[in-house]
Amino acid sequence: MADTMQFDLVSPERRLASRQATAVHIPGAEGDMTAMPDHAPLITTLRPGVLEVEGPDGNETYIVTGGFAEIGQEGITVLAERAHLAQEVTQDMVDEMVAAAHEAHAKAQDRFRNDPGPVDDAAKLLSDMVAMGGRIGLEPKLPND
Amino acid sequence: MPSLKDLKNRIASVKSTRKITKAMQMVAAAKLRRAQDAAENARPYAERMESVMGSLASSVAGSDTAPRLLAGTGSDKVQLLVVMTAERGLCGGFNSSIVRLARQKIQALKADGKTVKILTVGKKGREQLRRDHGDLFIGHFDLSEVKRIGYDNAQEIAQDILDRFDAGEFDVATLFYATFQSVISQEPTAQQVIPASFDVDADAQAGPIYDYEPSEEGILADLLPRGVATQVFAALLENAASEQGARMSAMDNATRNAGEMIDKLTIEYNRSRQAAITKELIEIISGAEAL
Repeated sequence: MADTMQFDLVSPERRLASRQATAVHIPGAEGDMTAMPDHAPLITTLRPGVLEVEGPDGNETYIVTGGFAEIGQEGITVLAERAHLAQEVTQDMVDEMVAAAHEAHAKAQDRFRNDPGPVDDAAKLLSDMVAMGGRIGLEPKLPND
Repeated sequence: MPSLKDLKNRIASVKSTRKITKAMQMVAAAKLRRAQDAAENARPYAERMESVMGSLASSVAGSDTAPRLLAGTGSDKVQLLVVMTAERGLCGGFNSSIVRLARQKIQALKADGKTVKILTVGKKGREQLRRDHGDLFIGHFDLSEVKRIGYDNAQEIAQDILDRFDAGEFDVATLFYATFQSVISQEPTAQQVIPASFDVDADAQAGPIYDYEPSEEGILADLLPRGVATQVFAALLENAASEQGARMSAMDNATRNAGEMIDKLTIEYNRSRQAAITKELIEIISGAEAL
């Protein structure tokens, strides 16, 4: 059994990481999971959360805001809409992300009055966003309305 | 016959024009490199996205529950054309060639009795289309304030397109932009984004059988809107690189033409100067002979 696998983290604008990893902790939409080498092939969507990579060259923590992860035979590819190294994230960035999620929630409430599906999705996105900020030691503030 | 002074002024003005075009060429070259890098960096994401969506789409295709973004509305009556051009001119035939392609498409669609709606990105295309098809405009995106095109810009445009689709404003959406091939050649391209179409190759089919979380269709429903944003983003980046490439070669030509013009004017200037001197000499000599 291989000890490590290839891990790629790609955002639309650039490739953020490409390295060997022994375990990757993924914030999947249906729940968190840890993928290790020789994991069964899987594609999952992501929720906003913390992505942890463990490898021979040390561990890294990223935050991702959504996208999907593909676990294949060669390794793991995470396609994230927005991703940052956790230590580079500032309070302003979290505030901005939470504000954007909040706005989307408000918009969904407005547009889908009789359809709870999209509203619940947006509410979950918002709470995930807030939880993510909390996990990395920042204080996400809920805008009051 | 222009006077010596006129010629001198002409030469001076062409020289300063050459300086400007030369500077613009160099700026375009620097921006082109950056634009190409950006396009290069965006490629891994787009390729992965495309391959995953392609394999998902082929397995969901045909089922009744396929998302509307993939299956379409079952009609192609109302067509949305997203015409992406530059915010600035002085880039040769770049804007015109995109607009020309869009015009042909508009005429073909109109001849087929379809309804056409136009969404413009970039001021130049809007200006060119306004005269003939101004009544078809439904929106415009202004990127003149944007220095570096980011995914945010693409997302904003894609969101607008998706909102309109959800509201039932159109059935088919096509992007018009220029694909960057080289500095001297940019290919105007039309790409249909809604309903999504993929060219699935055999390799993708032969890949491992994936588990999906949540379901195949759930993932696809999540991915398709992102796919539209990714395609818009890729188109914007291609367009940015093409624009700078087109500007670079246009300005290169302009610089060369200015150089040729200066040479010609300088020869003319020297000739008239000599003619004037000769004339003066003849006048002096004939004056002396008359004494």
